[in-house]
Amino acid sequence: MLIIVLVLCFVLNLSLGSVSIPFSELASSLLGNSENENWMYIIQNYRLPKAITAILVGSGLGISGLLMQTLFKNPLAGPYVLGITSGASLGVAILILGSSLFGGFLATILASNWSLVIASSLGSFLVLLTVLLVANKVKDTMTLLIIGLMFGSLTSAIVSVLSYFSPADQLQQYIFWGFGSLGDLSWEKIRIFAIIYAIGLTLSITALKALNSLLLGDQYAKSLGLNLEKNRFVIIIAASLLAGSITAFAGPIAFIGLAVPHLTRQLFKTSSHSILLPAVMLFGAILMLICDSIAQVPTSNYSLPINAITSLIGAPVVIWLLVRKRQMSF
Amino acid sequence: MNTNKTYSVLKTKNLSIGYLSKKEEIVIASNINFELFPGELIGLVGANGIGKSTLLRTLTQLQNPLKGSISIDGKPLESYTNQVLATRLSLVLTDKSLSKNLTVFELVSLGRQPYTNWIGTLTDKDISIVNKALEQTQAIDLATKKCFELSDGQLQKVLIARALAQDTPLIILDEPTTHLDMYHKAYILKLLQNIAKTANKTILFSSHEINLTIQLCDKMLVMTTNNSFYNTPCNLIKQDVFSTLFPKNIVEFDVNTGSFIVKK
Repeated sequence: MLIIVLVLCFVLNLSLGSVSIPFSELASSLLGNSENENWMYIIQNYRLPKAITAILVGSGLGISGLLMQTLFKNPLAGPYVLGITSGASLGVAILILGSSLFGGFLATILASNWSLVIASSLGSFLVLLTVLLVANKVKDTMTLLIIGLMFGSLTSAIVSVLSYFSPADQLQQYIFWGFGSLGDLSWEKIRIFAIIYAIGLTLSITALKALNSLLLGDQYAKSLGLNLEKNRFVIIIAASLLAGSITAFAGPIAFIGLAVPHLTRQLFKTSSHSILLPAVMLFGAILMLICDSIAQVPTSNYSLPINAITSLIGAPVVIWLLVRKRQMSF
Repeated sequence: MNTNKTYSVLKTKNLSIGYLSKKEEIVIASNINFELFPGELIGLVGANGIGKSTLLRTLTQLQNPLKGSISIDGKPLESYTNQVLATRLSLVLTDKSLSKNLTVFELVSLGRQPYTNWIGTLTDKDISIVNKALEQTQAIDLATKKCFELSDGQLQKVLIARALAQDTPLIILDEPTTHLDMYHKAYILKLLQNIAKTANKTILFSSHEINLTIQLCDKMLVMTTNNSFYNTPCNLIKQDVFSTLFPKNIVEFDVNTGSFIVKK
């Protein structure tokens, strides 16, 4: 069922944009035998990569949120909360805003598009490494979550300081990155993105059984023969690979990681990860495609920042869940 | 195996338990000796803070003993890996951090994890074991309910079913009667007694329900500040162990009725 919806959303997403392309031309443009070369170019090099990015981003954030909610036994956990996204933001902020401060030689290195990706991944990885080190010291997951929140505050404080000293155009560049964007990814970048995504996904699948036993709590999981430390490490690495690469390529996308697992649980009425994982992937991808379609503002020339749309949809969903169920469960 | 009393499920020798903090050892209880056999229901009693939980944590490999030895099925506990131990010993904890979004069937079937493949697929055999565990605990009609819909007593039954599904010779329960009313306290302990007899399991539980424990258990382990006693309830009463359990100013052990009464 969900797969059909996904395909529909995918087609819908492809057909929407500032240039209107007739529906009948869509298939032939995709296959590369359309008469209109402009349309073909738009579909193949702009809309198709964007739709694929949307699928990767949506499903990846969903999985990463699901992993974190189970690992931290907290319904409010997600890439945003654990400081992974803010770590990535810090990396990008230092790169964009700091380039003016360092100036000269460094600025030319820092200016390239690639360095953005590297800085962002590095930032999220460093925060996760720190969270991991702390996780080995304090066994309490609640403490860990609070530490993640503190990292978020810390990084946003550093970003504020940096932006205070930065010239306007760099600030604008950073803010645009902060809006999030699914477009502007070349096929080469998508290939790298897909490889990292695949590694994260494979790790998550190998951790399926561990995730299910973690639903009982750490002590029960251990009594069921689970190697707690090893599996915790695998899950954190998987979540950080997914969330880190997504933030690097598409900017900080809010709420998808948090809301998708909850919506999926509502829909499927199960906690079993063997069902939830594929469901979250499909659902995340669908939601992201819909958000992106809305962001295109059909029949107009505008396109809105994707992060605003996900927040507009995601925040009310979380509030609705909280009010309706009073208590969210993981 | 009920007749073969030489088969020892769990045995401790000169066991000392406690914590290792920085450089010094903090001994909570020492010189604990007992041996458990199949089909026995054993109650662990003692005042608050005497080290019941520490003992259970030590027996289940959650923390290391300070001195002495623990053996399970005749082999030292430290020689067991997590995976192998999971097939010998199952737990019911007071820890309520489990996901309440699980259905009862899902929760009980997680007990099959030590036996399932890498992705955790349930075979027909697993499913029939899960159903049998639910029947043994009279929880089969709860199977499709979510855990947040259950009462404390029902949840306790389901957690016991999960331990049964793990199919281990030894089940250890940490205070299974807390938060339950008088009827359900007796109900759960009766259930445990029944399971120990019919399924020939060794069941060790800690409890503050001394009166009930005396009536229902085959053996009891009584922990006091300086010593621990392991025997049948009748012998323990004869040895006058229970009157040393608490300070004598408020409650008193009545040897004739085998129960504690409040001083008038």
